[in-house]
Amino acid sequence: MNLSIIFFIIMILGVSAYFAGLKKSLVLRNDKKLNSTPSYYGSILALNSSLSAIFFIILWFVIEKNFITQLENYRNYLYLFTLVAFLISSILTYKKIKHEFKARDNVEKIIKILLFACSSLAILITIGIFLSVIFESNRFFNTIPITDFLFGTHWSPQMPIREDQVGSSGAFGAVPLFTGTFLIAFIAMCIAGPIGLMSAIYLSEYASKKTRDIVKPLTEILAGIPTVVYGFFAVIVVAPFIRNTGEEFGLAIASESALAAGLVMGIMIIPFVSSISDDVINAVPQNLKDGSLGIGATKSETIKKVIIPAALPGIIGGLLLAVSRAIGETMIVVMAAGMSANLTANPFEAVTTVTVQIVILLVGDQEFDSPKTLAAFALGLVLFFMTLILNYIALHIVRKYREQYE
Amino acid sequence: MYNDNFMTEKNIEMADKNFDVNDQSTVDNEETVGEIHVGDPRIVAKNVDVHYGDKIAINNVSIDIGKNEVLAMIGPSGCGKSTFLRCLNRMNDTIDSCAVKGELYLDKENILDKKIDVVSLRAKVGMVFQKPNPFPKSIYENVAYGAKIHGMAKNKAELDEIVFKSLERAGLFQEVKDRLDSPGTSLSGGQQQRLCIARTIAVSPEVILMDEPCSALDPIATAKVEELIYELKENFTIVIVTHAMQQAARVSQRTAYFHLGNLVEVGPTEKIFTTPIHKLTESYITGRFG
Repeated sequence: MNLSIIFFIIMILGVSAYFAGLKKSLVLRNDKKLNSTPSYYGSILALNSSLSAIFFIILWFVIEKNFITQLENYRNYLYLFTLVAFLISSILTYKKIKHEFKARDNVEKIIKILLFACSSLAILITIGIFLSVIFESNRFFNTIPITDFLFGTHWSPQMPIREDQVGSSGAFGAVPLFTGTFLIAFIAMCIAGPIGLMSAIYLSEYASKKTRDIVKPLTEILAGIPTVVYGFFAVIVVAPFIRNTGEEFGLAIASESALAAGLVMGIMIIPFVSSISDDVINAVPQNLKDGSLGIGATKSETIKKVIIPAALPGIIGGLLLAVSRAIGETMIVVMAAGMSANLTANPFEAVTTVTVQIVILLVGDQEFDSPKTLAAFALGLVLFFMTLILNYIALHIVRKYREQYE
Repeated sequence: MYNDNFMTEKNIEMADKNFDVNDQSTVDNEETVGEIHVGDPRIVAKNVDVHYGDKIAINNVSIDIGKNEVLAMIGPSGCGKSTFLRCLNRMNDTIDSCAVKGELYLDKENILDKKIDVVSLRAKVGMVFQKPNPFPKSIYENVAYGAKIHGMAKNKAELDEIVFKSLERAGLFQEVKDRLDSPGTSLSGGQQQRLCIARTIAVSPEVILMDEPCSALDPIATAKVEELIYELKENFTIVIVTHAMQQAARVSQRTAYFHLGNLVEVGPTEKIFTTPIHKLTESYITGRFG
């Protein structure tokens, strides 16, 4: 017998408890008016008993893990005790079902607590992830000074495994990784920003309803293509094309270049920009558009001077979502931009990004006390802070704008 | 119930019922009664029809609108008065299913002609809407918007002059002169509507169309806007759609009564409200339906 069977049994018992409560309240209703409608009496009975059972299981495990490890030997009785907890709680609640029992208020209270638990779970998990990354990074910074990591310009994370090994010094200057990340994200945004925004404007303001119904879902398909497939496309089509075009003009372009990865990534995130911008542009009230058209502004003047400013918070939101997607993207970069940590602003050279290096550091043989592995956590931490700052700036812009014009 | 742009089945049905109670004859193909023509017309409409898809919203409307007059258009919801108003500056173009037929002259130019430049037409025929709709910009920028678009000012000083004068004429300058940089949306409802009027005036139109400009305002703000309309008629031709009959009586020189897409009666406001010719007009103004 395992836990999923126990939960299944609790569920079935919970449903029966609901009907039991319902039945009792229906009978009670015949003499006098009830405080709540009968279904609430059923619900409170089901909720109370199932939650007590689940709470009991959780309590058992907490105690077993932290205080009395011998409890593990009595695991077989857990199921029995759980059922007992269920029954005790349901009998107590069943007895409480009377005319003046405020079942509705109790149900509302429990639902509120459940919802609160769900929302705090997300926060707790975020804090957990953050703490684990901080601890591991801290171990990393004990061996490698934080200044070397943040401001060093040489990245070569090979550490000697044996004392007598030569040629692996281990350098952890993360600057080339961040410049690589920003370079590729910047190229991607140069593609996705204008194209996405303009296609959004076309779809929302110029296209007929029929065109929109066809074009919009088709654009959104772009977001659904697996990134590995984009990687193929970048390696097999885009990179050779860029190299050959470069040769025509006498430019030496590496077959793995930031440009190829950035271009393909830009195509991938077009739908993020266009779909969200299209929605916010559509949400601009018709009376604002009428106001502008009504004093003789053309369609494009209206879009430029009234619609875009009014929709700006949403558009910035879409752009930032696209940026964070571009920064976090790994697969296209692994395949198309190479893995060499060059410190360069030249889009024709191979570069690497933070996420790619995290993957490389954690793939294959690893020891969890070597700086090589721990470096991945430090990179993750910096990435975490970067997106945090990005989000903060975005929220700040949006809020400032809203305050001014709402 | 204030949305006149679409004649819903229900509206038509309801109006039909009321109509049957009051008068058994049908208005279809009936000529408009009263004084359609004026001596010195600025706008001349001849047999204008408007369809939304299969539905007829305006049926064979002919009317003159004179220079420096305020024409009030009244009638029950769904009678087509807003639709007709929106024909006068081709705002109906923004609705896909809407088709306008007939002839509509502004200073002898047929504005229903496909070839006409809608942008310059709308600069000549400005519009103020039911709900105040200031742009998400500063008060100054709101008024300067049209002037900038039409390149009416060569430099900042000229633009300032246009903005200040328009605010002055809209009776708003004293209230906002110290905070021209604050957002237009921070003003009260009545001030916002006067801002929208200032924005329209700034383009120096010849005609101003107003679609129930006071329906979202309180009585004090309404009084201010009405006073403004009264003053503006010195320089502009004004066509106003309203549900408040007292408002029509207060601000207009001529009144047109619409019913079910037909223009039933036109005449001097005083006459319409005291001695209407048509039974339907009489029923409406005495409050028997509407």
